[in-house]
Amino acid sequence: MLIDIAIIIIKIMIVIGGIITTVAYLILAERKVAGFIQERYGPNRVGLWGLLQPIADGVKTLLKEDITPARANRIIYHLAPAMVLAPALVTFAVVPFGSGIDAFGRHIAFQVADISIGILFIFAITSIGVYGVVLGGWSSNNKYSLLGGLRSSAQMISYEIALGLSVIGILLLTGSLRLNDIVEAQIGMWNVFRQPVAFMIFLVAVFAETNRLPFDLAESEQELIAGYHIEYSGFKYSMFMLGEYSNIITASALIVTLFFGGWTVPFIDVTKFGYWGAFLSVVSFAVKTGFFLFLYLWVRWTLPRFRYDQLMHLGWKVLLPLALLNLLFTAAWITYV
Amino acid sequence: MTESLFFIFAAMAIVSALMVILNRNPIYSAVSLVITLFSLAGIFLLLEAYFLAVVQIIVYAGAIMVLFLFVIMLLNPGKEAKFLSPKNPRIFIITLLSMAFIGMIITLVSGSVNYIGEAASSTGDLGTTRNIGLTLFTKYLLPFEIASLLLLVALVGAVLMTKRHLR
Repeated sequence: MLIDIAIIIIKIMIVIGGIITTVAYLILAERKVAGFIQERYGPNRVGLWGLLQPIADGVKTLLKEDITPARANRIIYHLAPAMVLAPALVTFAVVPFGSGIDAFGRHIAFQVADISIGILFIFAITSIGVYGVVLGGWSSNNKYSLLGGLRSSAQMISYEIALGLSVIGILLLTGSLRLNDIVEAQIGMWNVFRQPVAFMIFLVAVFAETNRLPFDLAESEQELIAGYHIEYSGFKYSMFMLGEYSNIITASALIVTLFFGGWTVPFIDVTKFGYWGAFLSVVSFAVKTGFFLFLYLWVRWTLPRFRYDQLMHLGWKVLLPLALLNLLFTAAWITYV
Repeated sequence: MTESLFFIFAAMAIVSALMVILNRNPIYSAVSLVITLFSLAGIFLLLEAYFLAVVQIIVYAGAIMVLFLFVIMLLNPGKEAKFLSPKNPRIFIITLLSMAFIGMIITLVSGSVNYIGEAASSTGDLGTTRNIGLTLFTKYLLPFEIASLLLLVALVGAVLMTKRHLR
């Protein structure tokens, strides 16, 4: 009993610690990649190659003055950053990040919570994350931040539909909502080859859900200065950033889990090799997730921002019908072929 | 464990539901309603109705309430004026309806008419996605289809209302 609780607590610590560390270095990587794409160096003063830059940034935001606008709604203004960060950290709980090991006389799965409705749980919790953005934008009592919050709420709801529909094809093929079942069903053949259209829809929709370029209408600098977090400073601003980047990590991990075989390694059955196999599966998962993290940065510094009407047009008139067609085709395939 | 969790969720649901109607600021009311929906989802979880719990959050807390907030922020209504004044003629109807509602709850709780039955105390594996799907598409197929037809009509109606000026 006691050892079970200890294992769960250790897993939670590993996952949250892993996410926070990755966020810190993802921000550094973003600035480095931006520098590389724009033919400049990027941060290189703090530590070797700027490797200590995340620590310097963290200390800096902690020491900055925490400003609350005079006419802000204080309760909601203080709560909003937490409303963004908490769901962002919770969603990773159901993502399996490795095959698992046998130790202490039991099987330890590399996953905090193996629940039967894993994929629905992720959709539910990410749909909560929008509250922090909307309420943060509203409570600052600033026209720009309010516009950012409003845009974000409309955008999230529009793209959630295409996101959910694109996944249903995979659920039809797998016959389970459990993420581990989806991963194991992909041994030998990744879902991206079985559901290429669904993958494209999911990729576009997930960029919109995480508020990243080319869909970062909620904080578009040229129009809204900084959008929903314009009045935030100090560590509250950092919490918004932490939440945004944690969402990016979870989104990349989800793309890998749903379409690229999760922790499985192509042509090798990792479950046969004990501890080394488990280690290999974690490395496989990390490498694939790392690629999609890089894709996020790559896209950000390559593509320009959509206009708002183009965003709505793409979501409702292109992605949604495409997702429905894909679903219809998949269902027909399963029934008749 | 389960019992104490039930009381925590139930207390949260009742307190936040009261906050919905007692707050004068519509934004606070909306946020309280989100907390109520979350507490109800928690109670569904305790009844092992995982699918229902998650759908409750996705549909109500995640989509409908965000649209509520959207509308409240766009219209930006001020604090609500005092509604329950004796001069308001509607107070009579409101009192009547509330008394009827309280009467219904008393009938239910006293147990003279058994509407609730056994289902609420133990759902077993009824709450799994598979079983809900099977029941919906076999035993309750007709009500399910009628409900979806109703939703479709509402959807077409909503689109027509936004295009009213085109006619």
